[in-house]
Amino acid sequence: MAEATAGVAAPRRRRRRSLFFAIGASLLALFVFLAAFGPLIAPYDPYAQDLLALLDPPSAAHWLGADQVGRDILSRLIVGTRTTLMIALVSVALAGVMGVALGLVAGYFGGAADRAITIFIDLLLTVPNLVLAIAIVSAVGASAVGLIVAITASFVPPLARLVRGRVMEVREEDFVSAVRTIGMSRARILVRHVLPNAASVIVIELSLLAGQAVLVASALGFLGLGVQPPDPEWGAMLGASRELLSVAPHLVIAPGLAITLLVFAFNMLGDGLRDKLDPNFSG
Amino acid sequence: MLRFLAIRLALIPPVALGVITILFVIFKSVPGDQAAIIAGATATQAEIEQIRTQLGLDKPLVEQYARHLAGLATGDLGYSSTFRANPLPRILERVPATLLLMASSILVMVLIGLPAGVAAAAWQNRWPDLAISSAVVALLAAPNFWLGMMLIALLSVHLGWLPSFGFTGALSLIMPTMALSARLIALVARMTRGVVIEEMRKDYVRTALAKGLDRRAALSRHVLRNAMIPIVTVIGLQAGFLLGGSVVVERLFAWPGVGDLLLTGVSVRDYNLVQGVTLLFVVGFLLINLAVEILYVVINPRLCHG
Repeated sequence: MAEATAGVAAPRRRRRRSLFFAIGASLLALFVFLAAFGPLIAPYDPYAQDLLALLDPPSAAHWLGADQVGRDILSRLIVGTRTTLMIALVSVALAGVMGVALGLVAGYFGGAADRAITIFIDLLLTVPNLVLAIAIVSAVGASAVGLIVAITASFVPPLARLVRGRVMEVREEDFVSAVRTIGMSRARILVRHVLPNAASVIVIELSLLAGQAVLVASALGFLGLGVQPPDPEWGAMLGASRELLSVAPHLVIAPGLAITLLVFAFNMLGDGLRDKLDPNFSG
Repeated sequence: MLRFLAIRLALIPPVALGVITILFVIFKSVPGDQAAIIAGATATQAEIEQIRTQLGLDKPLVEQYARHLAGLATGDLGYSSTFRANPLPRILERVPATLLLMASSILVMVLIGLPAGVAAAAWQNRWPDLAISSAVVALLAAPNFWLGMMLIALLSVHLGWLPSFGFTGALSLIMPTMALSARLIALVARMTRGVVIEEMRKDYVRTALAKGLDRRAALSRHVLRNAMIPIVTVIGLQAGFLLGGSVVVERLFAWPGVGDLLLTGVSVRDYNLVQGVTLLFVVGFLLINLAVEILYVVINPRLCHG
């Protein structure tokens, strides 16, 4: 009976999930398109100040209105896509490489290397993600590069821990001991057999982390610790309009929606991938 | 239980020592002359040198590290240029405001997230479930500071119901709490939904239903007891988010808490203040996790032996 109901519910869930996946993927494709061609599509120069349009609400000339120095908000949003997407993807890629390397070594070789890496990871995991990012940005300096360093550093520990756990599972499986007995080298076993079996977990996590990266980058931008003005960045646009909430609420709605949609796209992609790649997961 | 507690508590100092070391390395590798930063832009070279000797910044790194540790052991976080003294008392006096914000966020998380999750499970795949599940997805994607700004625009600016910043009584707690708890509510609702659906399918619930117990009684008597676990799990997994998110929310609402102080320290490059507050966050994180582990054992005594 329990199996029967689960059997009925599963295809429906799978259909809904693949719909989510499709929505996430298409939204992301749209953002990637905007990031690639943003400066060509944007109706105005994102830095051009039109003093006659100060704080203009949405109109035919400025679809999303103009900001406190008369810059077109839509253009700044479109051009800012590249910054946010680049920060998220670069930091997640870097964290991916480092986290996977640390996790593989710790999980597969065990022993002293494992202990050293685990202690280091566990220590970093006790510093709240955003607090670590803030501390690192304050040391490295507030800029896009500072953001990437900070986000990468705060994502390596959870990723390394995840990979380590998965690798320790795979290591114990029969086919790994089989190739070990026939004398395959450790490096080759790691790359050819262990890594592919941990890949789905890694890909899912990276997709979800990309969403988190967008949130952290925009939060730091909001706090003035990210991309510096006058460069257009969604979080910084929100930070600059905090004082103007009462006179110009239109400054706030669009950038926040842009962040939410991008995070939503990455989350949907991650959830969809989880259903496609990880048959054991039930959620 | 006592042994378990003793072991967990004994682990806190070595972990703190490790984090202190990592932070020391990060902040010592900062480019720029720390003595010059503390002295300020108008200081002469002689003043900078005087500060350097005074604070021991001319000593070798190992000696600085030893002094740093010895200072921390006596509660001295080092010279803070913001307060021109050890910032510890000024940090501690801001702890209650942050604790209040976190406690009310956890309370709201339970009060809204739990019923929402149960409702979604009870009406699985029908419109209440779809509405709640969509809200969950939206809340997990929206940045908390933006939600906070939208709340200010609506509840303060437009309707004029609530104060938009500072701590001026119970009303001023509402919006920061909503902004900080949004993500937690969503996570608790999602996990509760999953747990309740799973439990409702289990044999003991079907037996109870078969014996004539109505669904509502089965839910409240048997299933909800198991719903405590997702709540505790979310608190444990999101402890870091709760602490980190409070920094942003406190800045947005000018909430007089620790997170706001951290940002003040960052903006004036007062690294001892930043280090001190970060360390406090780490201790908070460890204590929350300890509390979570204790709660797990309380909810499910079998874990004590496992």
